[in-house]
Amino acid sequence: MKIYNHLILTLGVALMLFSCGQQNQSSNGALSSSAAEKVYVAPGEQDEYYAFLSGGYSGNLTVYGLPSGRMFKEIPVFSQFPTSGYGYSEETVPMLNTSHGFVPWDDAHHPDISQTNGELDGRWIFINGNNTPRIARVDLSTFETAEIIEVPNSAGNHSSSFITENTEYVVAGTRFSVPVPQRDMPINEYKGNFKGALTFISVDPEHGHMAIKFQLLMPGFNYDLSHPGRGKSHGWFFFTTYNTEEANSLLEVNASQNDKDFIAAINWKKIEEYVNNGGGTKMPANYAHNVYDEHSHTGTSTMRNEVLTIDPTKVPGAVYFLPTPKSPHGCDVDPTGQYIIGNGKLSADLTVHSFDKMIAAIEGQKFDGEAYGIPILKFEDVLAGQVKSGGLGPLHTEFDGKGNAYTTFFISSEVVKWKLGTWEVIDRKPTYYSVGHLMIPGGNSRKPFGKYVVAMNKITKDRYLPTGPEMEHSAQLYDISGDKMELLYDFPTHGEPHYAAGCPAELLTSNSKKIYRLDENRHPYAVTTADGSKVVRDGNEVHVYMSTIRSHFTPDNIEGIKIGDKVYFHITNHEQDFDVPHGFAILGQNSSELLVMPGQTKTSVWEPKEVGVWPFYCTDFCSALHQEMQGYVRVSPANSNTELKWSLGE
Amino acid sequence: MKKAGILMILGPLFLLGLYVFPLWNIMLGAPQYPDPLGLNIHINGLRGVSEFDIQNIDGLNHYIGMHTLPKAEEMWEFGTFPMVIGIMVGIGVLIGVLGYLGKVNYKWFLGWFLLMSILGILGMYDFNEWLVDYGTNLDPNAIMKLTNPDGSPMTYKPPLLGHVKMLNFDVTSLPSTGAWLMFMGMMLTLVAAFMGWKSTKNQN
Repeated sequence: MKIYNHLILTLGVALMLFSCGQQNQSSNGALSSSAAEKVYVAPGEQDEYYAFLSGGYSGNLTVYGLPSGRMFKEIPVFSQFPTSGYGYSEETVPMLNTSHGFVPWDDAHHPDISQTNGELDGRWIFINGNNTPRIARVDLSTFETAEIIEVPNSAGNHSSSFITENTEYVVAGTRFSVPVPQRDMPINEYKGNFKGALTFISVDPEHGHMAIKFQLLMPGFNYDLSHPGRGKSHGWFFFTTYNTEEANSLLEVNASQNDKDFIAAINWKKIEEYVNNGGGTKMPANYAHNVYDEHSHTGTSTMRNEVLTIDPTKVPGAVYFLPTPKSPHGCDVDPTGQYIIGNGKLSADLTVHSFDKMIAAIEGQKFDGEAYGIPILKFEDVLAGQVKSGGLGPLHTEFDGKGNAYTTFFISSEVVKWKLGTWEVIDRKPTYYSVGHLMIPGGNSRKPFGKYVVAMNKITKDRYLPTGPEMEHSAQLYDISGDKMELLYDFPTHGEPHYAAGCPAELLTSNSKKIYRLDENRHPYAVTTADGSKVVRDGNEVHVYMSTIRSHFTPDNIEGIKIGDKVYFHITNHEQDFDVPHGFAILGQNSSELLVMPGQTKTSVWEPKEVGVWPFYCTDFCSALHQEMQGYVRVSPANSNTELKWSLGE
Repeated sequence: MKKAGILMILGPLFLLGLYVFPLWNIMLGAPQYPDPLGLNIHINGLRGVSEFDIQNIDGLNHYIGMHTLPKAEEMWEFGTFPMVIGIMVGIGVLIGVLGYLGKVNYKWFLGWFLLMSILGILGMYDFNEWLVDYGTNLDPNAIMKLTNPDGSPMTYKPPLLGHVKMLNFDVTSLPSTGAWLMFMGMMLTLVAAFMGWKSTKNQN
């Protein structure tokens, strides 16, 4: 009888679920369009939004269209990219220079689009390299990396690269605390000795050039994620912390002991004022600042040797700790700037702090002790509310601008929609599988475009055709224009995206360059006229000033190269027509090809090791005569007298 | 006759638009050119619709052995046409003023119109001659020598007016702003002649 009851109950539940499903379907009705129609962008038509997905361990940034989920471009940022020669060409090798030498890879995490008055302005997109701490700026007119700055005293540059609402600063926080300055010391003396550097990098409003304004040396916790205040809370920055236990081993246990960690609230305006009045301590440091000039098509790396550090206890009223349960991960601020959301990744609940209550508690001096001299506010005094979601493992939250928030739950693998202020859960939809970040275009600004949310999953098992043990990750697109979220589409993503940034297409389309102007090319080895090509020997260095146009190289026959020479091929593409790049590769080249855009100059070095006649060719199918676009270099013995000469069509 | 004289002064002035706006426009569109290439024909030279169009048209045409588009100094027309237009505007306005003052009658108006029409037709004829030469006088060492189904060598004369499909390109040739202004101006002089004729008739 008991078994019967059980069966009936189960059947009953199943029926209810089934009928719910039916109801949902019928409530959508025949009038609403299908998911397929919603994501279909017909040939020749364009997507409504750009989405920039971090490439994770690929080190790069990928550009997608929404709602189609089509990938348009991979922008090389922290990793060598043989497709274009980035990180291989003489001009771009300096972009990957660091205080540790040439680092051809990084783990790219959190893209953020520049803002003016808290709204996306579409000028630049910033992204952080996590492993060898760096921040990159990508120009959104060329969609190329324009600048990379290394962050000293940081380790695991994870609570980065988030920008303030007028792009005053791009902020880079350290995940791992380390000795500052670095020194030889026992690891188990971590507690009380390591520091966590939070770095505020100023952004030149006109050119976007970055410079470290100051580094706040915080207690040795792990600074996990951050977001700026906006609107009323503009001037503040919020960082989640974990490992406030300051464990140095087996963190999965030892850093999960405290019931509450902190959200660190930083009044950066106050610190900025302190710095502008001569505050702070200059500390020797060693970090690279790499800038790419669009007109010389050349990157330059400059080593910097000093950084301004700030002791947070020296600036009264600048830093407070907000107790937040269970090792919070994402730290998100709603579009009004009132709510600061701590996504307690080891709990079921979300903690929401109130900016107004925080200010009131600070003004009332209601502290609950301090940590390393930094006042801790009382949890109850700053708490706005808690979202009892029933999900497990909240990670990140975005906003739709209509009073709703969307939070990913990694463990229960779902996106939960809830209401700001009432904290009630409105809807929940499963993801496939184990969602990490999510992104609503503009979802972390004052003005979100709440039509779609992209969920970026960490695991994609079973959803696509199998491709062996390793596969791409998966994103899912939901329509959030209605009360209930609707799953529209799955699409694979490159690397492991950690966060993304999106914006309306029209913000960027009209600024996107089609060519580089040859008459603005200021590369020192550029050939800007049809008859300007030449070959110049300087000791054992040979510089080939070579031009390309459909479909030949000038020159295409070169003699007089000798074993032991270092041959620089400086290739200038004379095309001024959209989408007519030329490539260059020569047999035995110890680097990659070059892909040279119209009007651009790039350089590849070749050190021939064998006597002979060696071919080079265009690697980019440029015209009906692309296969004819080739040439030869004669390499003679080191002691030969072969005359240096070059020609075309002789 | 005064109204007719005013129209006769205004009409030729419309031709001044030719110094600013193109006379003719030829657009070349193809699937690989979602933004079509375009050629604006001004009375004093050829210009691309977009900055690099001429360079890119030349770049494409070299495959089939067409000569590069002429620079202003390479064709006498680009020196002569602006002078002819200038002289005709001067004469037209002078006739208009004299008409206004009652020194000449409508026949002069008509005469100017006819002369301008003849010059226009000669201009079109000359333009067509150039198009024929441009499209048929091909480099014997052309990279691609294409033939028609009957075996004769393929030529590439753009249409004087209208649309043709030329290899992968859709070529459309139409009068442009300058031509329309000239057309309106000439119509005004015709109206002036008509009004002059009517007022003369009424006086009789």
